[in-house]
Amino acid sequence: MYDFGILFSSLLNGVTTGAVYALIALGLTLIYGVLHIINFAHGAALMVALYAVYLLKTNLGIDPYLALPIVVPGMFCLGYALQRGIINRAGHGKDENILLVTLGISIVLENLALLVFKSDTRTIETAYTLTTVAIGPAMIALPKLVAFAGALVASMLLLAILTRTDLGRAIRAVAKEKHGAKLMGIDVDHVYAMCFGVGLACLGAAACFLLPAYYVNPQVGAGFVPVAFTIVVLGGMGSFGGALVGGLLIGVVESMGGLFLGESLGQIGIFAVFIAVLLFRPQGLFGVKA
Amino acid sequence: MRDLAAIAAFAAVVGGLTLGLDSGVWLTFIMMALYASLLAQSWNMLGGYGGQFSFGHALFFGTGAYAQAMVQLSLGWNAWLALAAAVAAAVCVAAFVGALTFRYGLKGSYFALATLAFAEVFRILAVSVDFTGGGVGLMLPLRESFANMQFASRRGYIALVLGFVVAAMGVTSWLRHSRFGARLQAVRDNEDAARAVGIDPWSVKLGAIVLSAAFMGAGGAFYVQVFQYIDPGLAFGPVSSVEALVAAIVGGMGTLWGPVLGAAVLHLLAELTRNLFGQLPGLNMIVYGSVLVLIVMFVPRGLSGVGRSVRDVIRGRRG
Repeated sequence: MYDFGILFSSLLNGVTTGAVYALIALGLTLIYGVLHIINFAHGAALMVALYAVYLLKTNLGIDPYLALPIVVPGMFCLGYALQRGIINRAGHGKDENILLVTLGISIVLENLALLVFKSDTRTIETAYTLTTVAIGPAMIALPKLVAFAGALVASMLLLAILTRTDLGRAIRAVAKEKHGAKLMGIDVDHVYAMCFGVGLACLGAAACFLLPAYYVNPQVGAGFVPVAFTIVVLGGMGSFGGALVGGLLIGVVESMGGLFLGESLGQIGIFAVFIAVLLFRPQGLFGVKA
Repeated sequence: MRDLAAIAAFAAVVGGLTLGLDSGVWLTFIMMALYASLLAQSWNMLGGYGGQFSFGHALFFGTGAYAQAMVQLSLGWNAWLALAAAVAAAVCVAAFVGALTFRYGLKGSYFALATLAFAEVFRILAVSVDFTGGGVGLMLPLRESFANMQFASRRGYIALVLGFVVAAMGVTSWLRHSRFGARLQAVRDNEDAARAVGIDPWSVKLGAIVLSAAFMGAGGAFYVQVFQYIDPGLAFGPVSSVEALVAAIVGGMGTLWGPVLGAAVLHLLAELTRNLFGQLPGLNMIVYGSVLVLIVMFVPRGLSGVGRSVRDVIRGRRG
């Protein structure tokens, strides 16, 4: 019914999209795993990063890939400031309040974008936007390939930070036992803010890899939020390796779903996986039972 | 008993205002504030008294809305009969989702995300299948009459939604004082302890989600009757989920008056910002979002907690 070439190109497409999903989900799972908050502003923050990449390209002519060293630290600072200045203060440590605060922040960010940029959908033109590469029987757009490689490298880098550095050790300590970490002299509020910063920095990287083959408008983040949550749950909340594998899996599920069920119904595959995992393996593929 | 008297007084005041006011703007405001209270009170039954945070209450809202429209359009049912069908449909969906998620012991953020996922599944289904009208949505023909539940004046709709709100308040008051409510709150506060004294958390939570969904479904049906239009995004998108939970939390969850207060205040805020900053798209929502954050920052116990704090201060000074 479907020949190998179509299946293979759909698989390739899914894996490359999935790598970017994974990067977005890594940020979300880091924030959830350590701060135990569901960050509803994640999609809006991605949107901010995409606009930053867009503005750098259109106003200063900076290539999206070269914008990485600007956007990633920028998003880190935004995240650090948001957590330290607003979320931590307004949350009062209550889950429902933190939820409302991240919701409020996403409303503000999205409408700020609407005010400044109007609701137009914008894209950027680069020399390589339409370049394709042949891999076996399939053709794939060069930006998607770069995104795949870039997202994998960024994820590895994040994993290295978490496992090899003092900051990573502090983050893992706080995630496991907040009070114990505090007694060991770790500044918990600082670690929280660092986590939020790193989580948003992931979005900065994702935005740089996404935009050459994607678009930006004020609502663009909303589509990514359910997908990112699915990946986080699939991989196991707070599990970084799980987010990576989950991202790739979900990318493939989405792409295959689109192939077999059509564009609109195809997305249902993602949520079917999501609900099945929640019901039958709520700890996720790689998570451990709490 | 005191609750019931207060609810009756509330209904009398709103009813009096409705009869006394002639301005269409104010009548629309009252109608929409009551509608928002209905959604918030519905969320409060499960979220506030049951401790089960739903991010996908639009699931029940949309089910009710679609049932209300489809039963009238395809089967030619009377609108009041359709309302019963809408509530029944929302209850069935809630029983299914609740039985499944609570059976597998989903709690906290897991339950929240599961409800969100179910709402998304329904939204995608509503876009994809034919009998819901797909992405175009369903339009209800305008036939103003009492039998069709379509009123020429806002007052008719206000009477209808006030009836729903009063019923929801009555049920909430019942949750505060009944054995079932006590069991539900016990499960909310400590599920293991509740189980140890012989409460079955599964059936209690299932009861709460079904009650909550019945009123959310009525809210959806009301929406269709007022606006005569529904599409997948309006029905199952995040807007009504968010509206319900924000108003309940801002007002004060697990209280009788919090959701009504929260809905009224947030609605007033939305109207004010729309009138003041409406000419620039986005600005009104920026103000709305900022005020939301400020409320949470400075009134962490919800608006109805303010009254309690004031009382505490007065009592503290006396003592």
